[in-house]
Amino acid sequence: MINQKDILYTQEMINKRHLDIRTITMGISLLDCMDTDVNVCAQKIYDKITLRAKDLVQVGQEIEKEFGIPIVNKRISVTPISLVGAACQTDSYVPLAVAMDNAAKAVGVNFIGGFSALVQKGCTDSDWKLMRSIPEALARTERVCSSVNVGSTKAGINMDAVAEMGRIIKKTAELTAENYGLGCAKLVVFANAVEDNPFMAGAFHGVGEAETVLNVGVSGPGVVYHALQSVKGQPFDTVAETIKRTAFQITRMGQIVGVEASRRLGVPFGIVDLSLAPTPAVGDSVARILEEMGLQVCGTHGTTAALALLNDAVKKGGVMASNHVGGLSGAFIPVSEDEGMIAAAESGVLTLSKLEAMTCVCSVGLDMIAVPGTTSAETVSAIIADEAAIGMVNSKTTAVRIIPAPGLQVGDRVEMGGLLGSAPVMPVHEQSAAAFVARGGRIPAPLQSLKN
Amino acid sequence: MKAVVTVVGKDRVGIIAQVCAALAESNVNVLDISQTVMQGYFTMMMVVDVSAAAVPLAQLCQTMEDKGAEMGLSIRLQREDIFDAMHRV
Repeated sequence: MINQKDILYTQEMINKRHLDIRTITMGISLLDCMDTDVNVCAQKIYDKITLRAKDLVQVGQEIEKEFGIPIVNKRISVTPISLVGAACQTDSYVPLAVAMDNAAKAVGVNFIGGFSALVQKGCTDSDWKLMRSIPEALARTERVCSSVNVGSTKAGINMDAVAEMGRIIKKTAELTAENYGLGCAKLVVFANAVEDNPFMAGAFHGVGEAETVLNVGVSGPGVVYHALQSVKGQPFDTVAETIKRTAFQITRMGQIVGVEASRRLGVPFGIVDLSLAPTPAVGDSVARILEEMGLQVCGTHGTTAALALLNDAVKKGGVMASNHVGGLSGAFIPVSEDEGMIAAAESGVLTLSKLEAMTCVCSVGLDMIAVPGTTSAETVSAIIADEAAIGMVNSKTTAVRIIPAPGLQVGDRVEMGGLLGSAPVMPVHEQSAAAFVARGGRIPAPLQSLKN
Repeated sequence: MKAVVTVVGKDRVGIIAQVCAALAESNVNVLDISQTVMQGYFTMMMVVDVSAAAVPLAQLCQTMEDKGAEMGLSIRLQREDIFDAMHRV
């Protein structure tokens, strides 16, 4: 018999330390939904999603009960719509987004990702149409998430797309101005996007994937934080070891849930994404883990090193616990979704520049950051370019999910509610990068040798 | 399939009897029990066989949780696999 201590430890992790399965995400290929008529294409999309994912939520709920572990989100990712819609004789892909939204509501998932385009080297006509459909698509739908990959280590950075995305983000914010630009919380600009990411808003079902697949994202910043409290003052070797051990246990939960869900749904199991994804709940914060390592406030000197250790130890601990690891896998630092990050940003210690440095060593990028509504499209583009450059040069995924909140100033707060949390508006540099962004063209792919 | 039942709460007469009766009602067989009372707090772990249970597992979990609420205790029934997964390599 498993001993009592282990049983109580597991229950404590779930009940008191916020251990949960953050998401089970079903990836569905929509390549067979192409049609020259946009309305027929939309109908095919609705039909396919509602057929393939009809049992997803129910199976998720059953597993939650049986294992006694919460599965916070059940979600869907689909083939990038710029590919699915390419055959449609239309100027706008908004009807396809509406079909995705309706399908998501019909099967009961809270987000559906894949209103996406991959334009790291260049944009097809369809990619332009998709990008220009984003503001209206996000304003008219509730659950659709959008992402655009503008750069990669192999292709460089598509600066035309970067310039366009600055304008698209601004327009998305304007169209959802009554909700402080909430549309932007569902829009990610990537470099080196991955095809099997289960986390929103950046999830899409890559063309290298199977017909349908089930990916799992685990969570557990609260568990790691608690584990570190027991090794106060000890050397980093011990800190890394403690994080590894905890990450292993967290990932095993993800693995067992993923395998069980895929078996019941009759869908191949894809990957476990080993990410530490925070929530706005107290005790579920990545920032507080960094502070537990000895930093007074997250964002002060030493934060990047602390995050590097955390990110690496999470991967090392988790990788042995699952037979397939993928997705983004690392620590997330979304400002609005992390109670400790919000506090650090409000105190002025955690700045945009420090966050940018932190993204060099962790999972994603400048995530869920609110900036003043007066921020220009060119400045947003320049922020994207900086972040894409970090991803490109370091061969890692980076992303920008930024909210230029209409009408708000530094010191205000964007309230998004739920898991999206609330973001303090952070200052950006006033000096213009307009001439830089206006150049367009491509930033060439970096050299992969002579690395220093 | 095996499951673990955890019962935690203030000690009183008849806890084991009531929990076992509820399990028997759903045709669940008890394989192992260990219990302690620490500072008036009752902690019991049972390993049970749910393969012949009269109701689906998710429903059984809910029934036991409700039973716990009714008795003023915390009762959880969870599949044994998750503890194995977390604590055995």
